[in-house]
Amino acid sequence: MDATIVSTQRLTKTYGPRSAVAAVDLTVRRGEVYGFLGPNGAGKTTTLRMLLGLVRPSSGRATVHGLPPGDPVAVARTGSLVEGPGFYPYLSGRENLRVLARYRGLGDREVDRVLERVDLTERGGDRFKTYSLGMKQRLGVAAALLGQPDLLILDEPTNGLDPAGMADMRDLIRTLADHGQTVLLSSHLLGEVQQICDRVGVISAGRLLTESTVAELRGEASLLIRADPLPAARSVAERIVGSAQVSTVDGMLRLATGGERAAELTRALVLADVAVLEVRPEERTLEDAFFEMTHEGATS
Amino acid sequence: MIASLRAELMRLGRWPTTWVLGGTWLLLNLTFGYVFNYLSYRSADGTTVGPPTGATKQILLQEMMPANAPVTLVQGLPMFGGALVLILGAVAVGSGYGWGTWKTVFTTGPRRITAMGGTLGALGVILVGLVAATFVLDLAASYTVAAVESQSVTWPGFVDSVQGLGAALLICGMWLAAGVLLGTLTRGPALAVGLGLVWSLVVENLLRGVANLLGPLEAVTDVLPGTAAGSLAGALGALTQGDPNGTPGVTTTITGTAAVALLGAYLIAFLVASLTLTARRDVTS
Repeated sequence: MDATIVSTQRLTKTYGPRSAVAAVDLTVRRGEVYGFLGPNGAGKTTTLRMLLGLVRPSSGRATVHGLPPGDPVAVARTGSLVEGPGFYPYLSGRENLRVLARYRGLGDREVDRVLERVDLTERGGDRFKTYSLGMKQRLGVAAALLGQPDLLILDEPTNGLDPAGMADMRDLIRTLADHGQTVLLSSHLLGEVQQICDRVGVISAGRLLTESTVAELRGEASLLIRADPLPAARSVAERIVGSAQVSTVDGMLRLATGGERAAELTRALVLADVAVLEVRPEERTLEDAFFEMTHEGATS
Repeated sequence: MIASLRAELMRLGRWPTTWVLGGTWLLLNLTFGYVFNYLSYRSADGTTVGPPTGATKQILLQEMMPANAPVTLVQGLPMFGGALVLILGAVAVGSGYGWGTWKTVFTTGPRRITAMGGTLGALGVILVGLVAATFVLDLAASYTVAAVESQSVTWPGFVDSVQGLGAALLICGMWLAAGVLLGTLTRGPALAVGLGLVWSLVVENLLRGVANLLGPLEAVTDVLPGTAAGSLAGALGALTQGDPNGTPGVTTTITGTAAVALLGAYLIAFLVASLTLTARRDVTS
């Protein structure tokens, strides 16, 4: 089985003189949770719409399940929620799902299963137009789960959810991935992506700036040490981790090493009669990396 | 296609709009086809109804007899019935863009053509049901009038009934398809309904009026959808709008055969245009 489930090559969409998506090359591997990050208007939704066959690319190509976007076989194996849920307001949540299930040739048991999955069984009989934003979003996810598709494409799936609902959605997405389903989700909630995604692609102004694992994007962790006297502390640190790994920042030592060496360093500093005032790990968040990257993307 | 048809039948069948529009047409048909005519008939003193040039009581009674039910079925369709099914087509398709349900359906599995085909099929089923219900209602109403007025009951012949039902389906089908095309073009129900009603109820009549003054314009007005629909009803015996007891929209501008051909051409053109647009356009809402 092909390890790649979604692939694009120089995928481009232009509207008149404006490029909404410009030569995007992204790859989503089977079984991973892929986060598609970008500020509003960066081209995330347009890219997802092209992957679902809703919007035709101006140039470039894409494959989903090895097939062109919009191919009925590919679409049947893909569940999606793009730019908010679209349902018939006069039907109940359950009836809406039954209509969609009929399109897929599925029975009512599948409808009950997905309603249960998103915790909407009790309110399934209420009309869609009476639902809160969060319930509508959950119904959208339920529709995406119909037929247990191999691939889920979710555009801002936690939009409108309260904190508990967001946590539930994160758990659901992780559980789906653990059961072998691939999830491609777009989001601007970086903490959320950091928690649940295996790999991320960052898009800004229509261009894919990077595609890597979350850890790679955040970069190496470092260790900050405040000590007195600083020169003595520096020479001890350089002896242990190498001079190239040590720098001085704002009156502190920054060591390009993880927190696992903190105890060893503290002990050595104490033995060298250096007063250790503070030792703490410094981790770059995904947010730091994202802003750094999108700012560079915007100014370059 | 069957799966799409089942899905669309379910959602259109549970849509209050479908029932409101269908019920409105049945009520209008009954009111203008029988209730007002019967009240006029009963309230007339002499042999004529209304002004001196009005229809005779005998003609009015004959129009309400069961044998005339196929004509009653079609006489209100060129304008008012057509306008109602145009609304149905426009809102059934146009609302899907406003609600975002086309996006949901197109990402559910069927090809766009198949999904749209399901909608058209379901609308067709509803149309057949509506025309059949109208005919049954007309037969029931005319039988009641005949019984109350102690007239002998002569049911319409098979050929007349088939012609009436076929004409009704063709006229309604054409207006329904026009509504579907407008809903597709405008990607919304409001503008589609507005444009459709202005065209079918106002613009065509105005153009026909202007054509009386500008001869060359007649070549255009003779092939308009409303002219074709009205001519088919006129060819089946419905009284034209110039007649004292005639129905607005009914005309004898072109022959029945030409009207059938024109309506068929419009029906096919509207459907093909709707399907082509649906299949090719980006779905951005």
